[in-house]
Amino acid sequence: MSEPESSPMNIDYVSNLARIELSESEKKKFRSQLGDVLKYFEKLQEVNVEGVDPTAHAFPCFNVWDQDQVKEPFRVDQALQNAPQSRNDQIVVPKVVEE
Amino acid sequence: MSSAVLLEKTAVELSDLLRNKEITSEEITKAFLKQINRIDDQVHAFLHLDEQDFLTQAKDSDKRRAQGKSLSPLDGIPVALKDVISVKGQPLTAASKILENYISPYDATVTRKLKEAGAVIGGRLNLDEFAMGSSTENSAFGPTRNPWNLNCVPGGSSGGSSAAVAAREVPLTLGSDTGGSIRQPASLCGVVGMKPTYGMVSRYGLAAFASSLDQIGPFSKTVEDAALLLEIISGHDPLDSTSFPTEVPSYTQKIHDPLAPCTLGLPKEFFGEGMDNEVRNSIEKAVEFYRSQGHRIVEVSLPTTDLAVPVYYVIATAEASSNLARYDGIRYTSRSNRAKNAVDVYAKSRGEGFGEEVKRRCILGAYGLSSGYYDAYYLKAQKTRTLIREDFNRVFKEVDAIITPTSPTPAFEFGSKSDDPISMYLSDIYTISTNLAGLPAISVPCGFTEANLPIGLQLIGPAFNESSLLKIAHAYDNEHKFGCVSPTLAKE
Amino acid sequence: MKYEAVIGLEVHVQLETNSKMFTRVPCGYGKDPNSLTDAVVLGLPGALPVMNYEAIEKSIKVGLLLGCKIADTCKWDRKNYFYPDMPKNYQISQFDQPICEGGEVEIEMPGESPAVMGKHRIVQLTRIHLEEDVGKLTHFENDSLVDYNRAGSPLLEIVSEPDLFSPEETFAYLTSLRNSLIYAGISACDMEKGQLRCDANISVRPIDTEKLGTKVELKNLNTISGVKNGVEYEIKRQIKAIEAGEEIFQETRRWNPEQRYTTSMRSKEMAHDYRYFPDPDLMPVKIDKSWIDKVKKELPEKPFDKQRRYMEEMGLPYSITSALCPDFSLCEFFEETTKLSNDPKKVGNWVVNGLLRELSASREKGKSISVKDSPITATHLAQLIELIEKGVVSNNVAKEIFPEMFSSGRSPEDLVKEKGLEVKSDQNEIESLCSKAIQEDPDAADKFRGGKEGAINALKGLVMKATRGQANPKVVDETLRRLLSK
Ligand SMILES: [Mg+2]
Ligand SMILES: [Zn+2]
Repeated sequence: MSEPESSPMNIDYVSNLARIELSESEKKKFRSQLGDVLKYFEKLQEVNVEGVDPTAHAFPCFNVWDQDQVKEPFRVDQALQNAPQSRNDQIVVPKVVEE
Repeated sequence: MSSAVLLEKTAVELSDLLRNKEITSEEITKAFLKQINRIDDQVHAFLHLDEQDFLTQAKDSDKRRAQGKSLSPLDGIPVALKDVISVKGQPLTAASKILENYISPYDATVTRKLKEAGAVIGGRLNLDEFAMGSSTENSAFGPTRNPWNLNCVPGGSSGGSSAAVAAREVPLTLGSDTGGSIRQPASLCGVVGMKPTYGMVSRYGLAAFASSLDQIGPFSKTVEDAALLLEIISGHDPLDSTSFPTEVPSYTQKIHDPLAPCTLGLPKEFFGEGMDNEVRNSIEKAVEFYRSQGHRIVEVSLPTTDLAVPVYYVIATAEASSNLARYDGIRYTSRSNRAKNAVDVYAKSRGEGFGEEVKRRCILGAYGLSSGYYDAYYLKAQKTRTLIREDFNRVFKEVDAIITPTSPTPAFEFGSKSDDPISMYLSDIYTISTNLAGLPAISVPCGFTEANLPIGLQLIGPAFNESSLLKIAHAYDNEHKFGCVSPTLAKE
Repeated sequence: MKYEAVIGLEVHVQLETNSKMFTRVPCGYGKDPNSLTDAVVLGLPGALPVMNYEAIEKSIKVGLLLGCKIADTCKWDRKNYFYPDMPKNYQISQFDQPICEGGEVEIEMPGESPAVMGKHRIVQLTRIHLEEDVGKLTHFENDSLVDYNRAGSPLLEIVSEPDLFSPEETFAYLTSLRNSLIYAGISACDMEKGQLRCDANISVRPIDTEKLGTKVELKNLNTISGVKNGVEYEIKRQIKAIEAGEEIFQETRRWNPEQRYTTSMRSKEMAHDYRYFPDPDLMPVKIDKSWIDKVKKELPEKPFDKQRRYMEEMGLPYSITSALCPDFSLCEFFEETTKLSNDPKKVGNWVVNGLLRELSASREKGKSISVKDSPITATHLAQLIELIEKGVVSNNVAKEIFPEMFSSGRSPEDLVKEKGLEVKSDQNEIESLCSKAIQEDPDAADKFRGGKEGAINALKGLVMKATRGQANPKVVDETLRRLLSK
C-alpha cells in the first residue's frame, strides 16, 4: 500500500486531471487548505482494516436489471434544448486537440 | 380563514380542512404565495417560483376534489423542492452558475410521485452549490438566511428547504441529505427533517453529489407531516438500481399506534467536547422526557465515531469528482467564451462555472482516486466505512433508536466558518455516520437557546424501519411541537 | 539481426441488443443524429443507469464459447476521463472484476494452397469485459460535431494475451474471433458500421529472446485489412528504428489507412490517470451455475469444430468446408438441406459452388442478398439434388436452371416442367434414336463391335445431340449396348 506523501498535493496535476482551471490565488489557497484536510485525513491511516471488505453499497443487492425492452427516446429538440451550441442536430465542440 | 392562520397549520391539518371542504387548495396556495412575496427577499429560500403554474396546479386540485377524485391526502398541499430535484420544464440550477440556464426535460421519480398524489409543486429552493456545504453560503445565487435570525445561516446544504418551512412560506419541502444536509438545516431552522434509509426513496432525477450517500427526504413542522410526505415519496423504483425492493407501510397510520416501551441508546462518543452547552441541556431534557414515558435509556459506544468525518470526505468527494464531471460546458451546461479548443471548454467552463467549495471538493476527490493514492484514501475509507456500519449493527442489537444532538451548535453567523473547511466539515459530525451506514435518521426540534435559536434532536433508527423511528420521534414531537412555534419574521 | 513481433489485440464488439447497456432507449445505426438519447444517455443531472439483462447474458455466451472462466460475481467501475464523445465524462466499464477471464481463440494460418488446410494454433485471451460505447465525433476544419446515438450501446472488450507473432496471425485471430462472435449471434460484427473495432499492442524483440520490447498501442484499425496493414507497417517501423539505433517510446499511435502510416497520438508521460472506482449507482452481478448451464444449452458449435465434423463425419473436402464454415448462416442452410437430401457432399458442393456464387454476384450487383433471404430455399436445393439423383434432369440442366431458381425463387420442379427439361427415358423413343445413330455412324458401331469400347461415345453424342441433352444417359448406354450386341 502506498502512503500519501506528507507534502501538499500537486495542485497543477490534480486540477488538470479534474479539468478545473484555477487562478494563481485559488491554487495558493487550496494548496494550504487541502494540505490541512489531508493532514486531518491522516487518522485514517492508523485504522486497522486487515481482512475488512470495502463497502461500496450500504445495502448491497445483486442483479438489479431490466429486460431488454425499448422505451421512447427523447425527441431531438429535447435532447438539444440546453445545448450551448448546436448545428445539424449535433452538439458543436471547438476543435478536439489530441493530447 | 385568514391566511395568517393557514400558514401556521400543519400539512395534516390543511389536508383535513381540504377534505372537509372548509378551504380550497387555491386559498392555501395563495396564502403561501403571499407569504413568499412578503418575506422571501429577506430569507431568500427560493431561487425560482412559477406563480402561475403554482396556482394552476392548485385549481386543478380543487377541480379534482369537486369531482370527488382527490388523489391522496397530499392533494392540494403545496410542496417546494430543493433545486437539485428535476421537474420537467422547470429550471434545475443546483445553485450553480454552470447550470444557470438549464431546464430539465424530465421528472424525478419523487416529482412524479408527488404529481400522482396531487401535490401542488412550486418553487426551486436554495442550497449550497451541488449540495456541498453546511450553511447555504455556497450558493452561486446568494445565501439563504435563517428566519430565526437573519444574521445566521440556515444550515445546509438544504438551507432553502428548511428556511422555507420555518418562515411559513410553504408547509412541506423536500431536501437531500448526503452527510446531514436535511437534518442539520432542519435543526438550525427549528423544523422536522428526515433522511430515510438509503434506498427507500428513489434518487432518479436527483442531481447526484455522492451517489452512495445521497437520499431525498422531507421537511415539515411536525413528525406526523414528515410521515405523510415520506409515505408518498418512498418505494421501490426500477429506474434507480440502488432503490431497495421493500414494501412501504403506511407511516401515517403506524405513527398513531401505541408505542411500546423501548430502549434508546446514547452514544458516549457523541457527548464529548465540542458540544454547545445549551444544546447539551436541551438533549438531556429530551432524554428525560423519554425516560419519564417509561423508555429505557442506555449508554452505547460507537468507537468509530471520530473516523466518520474523514471517511465521509474521502468517499463523498471522490464520488462527487466523478458525478460532477458531466458539468463540462459541452452538452447542456454553460460554456466559457474563452474556450479555444475542447480541453479549454472543460477547464475554463468548470473554472468559471463552479464555486470555490465545489472546486475544492472535486480536486480533493480526484486526488483521492488518482494513481498512487487510491489504496491509501478511497479504498481505506471504504473499508473503514464497513467498520462504521458494523458498529451501528452491533448497537442496534441492543437499542431501538439512538439519540444524539443533530448539530453541535445552534445556527452560526455568516462567514464564521467559511474560510476554514475543517471546522465547517465538523458541523456535520453527528449526522455523517448515519449516511455512511445508510441508516434512517430524523431531526426533531427540541427547544431554543437563550438567543432564541432552535435546537434539534436527532434520532437514528435501524435500516428500513422508518415506521418505528417515526413513532419514537412522534412520541416526543406530539408532546412538544417546537416545530409549530413560528419565528417573529414569519408572523404578519 | 532477425526480429520477432509480439502482438496483443484489444477488440471492441457492439452487442446486438434492442436497448442500450444502462437505459432502455433503442440502439441503432444510421438514425437521425441525437434521436436515440434520453437523460441517461446524455448524462443529465439526476439520470441513473439500469443494467440490460440481455447484454449480460450475451457476454456470458461469448465467454462460454471462447472457453473463458465466467466470474461468480462481477461489478461495474467508472473509468474517468474527459472527452466530448462521452456524456458523463466517465465510462461505465469493468476494471478488476470482469465478467470473463482467460479463454482462447483457435486460429488457422493459410495453407500451401486454398485446397490445403493450414496450421492451427490456440491464442490465449486475458479477459473479456462489458462496458458502454461512446458517441461519434465528426471533425471539421474549425470544430467538431457530436452525435450521441451510439453512446451507451453495450460494448464488449475482448483482450488477448501478447500471443500473436505476425500480421498474418493477427489477421487470422481477428477473422476467427469474428466468426465465433457471429456464430454466437451476439453481433453482426460489421466493421464498416463500427460494430467491431480493434486496437493492437505491438512490440518487437530479437528473435529467440524472451524479454518483451517497449510496446506501442496502435489505434484505428477499423477494417480487417487495415489490421493486417497497420500491424505490418508498425512492426517494420519499429524494426527500422531499432536498427537505426533509436529508442522505441511507449506511446499511442494512430494507423492512417489512406496514407498507410502510423502517427503518434500521445506519449506515456501524458498517460491517462483513469481514477477507476466502483460505480455506486450500480449493483454487482452474480452469475450462478444454473444461469451458466442455461446459456450453455444455447451455445453453437465452434466454427473449427464444425469444420472438423464436416470433414470427418460427412467426408466433405477442406476446400468446401473452408468456404462453408466461416459463415454460420451458410452452414445452417447446408445442414438444413442435408437433412432433406442426405447427401452432404453433393449439398456442400451445390451450396459453395452454386449458392455462394449467386450470393456474391448479388453483392456485386449492389443487391447484397444474405443467405437467410436466399430465394433458393433448402427445400428447393434438396429437390434439385433429388431430380438429378432420380435422373429427371442432368447435371448440366441443373446448373443451367440454378441462376433462374435464384432470381425467381421458383422451385426446380416448376422450372423443369415449364421448360420441358426433363430427361427423356421413354424406351421406345430412345430405342428409335439409338437405331438412327447406329445407322448414321456405322463406322463407330463397327469399331465398338470390334472391341473398341470408347467408340460408343460418338453414338451417345448423337443421341444426346438429338435430345438436346435430355436423354437419360444410363438408358441410352444400355439401349446402345443391347442394339449393338444383336
Ligand atoms: Mg482497453
Ligand atoms: Zn474498452
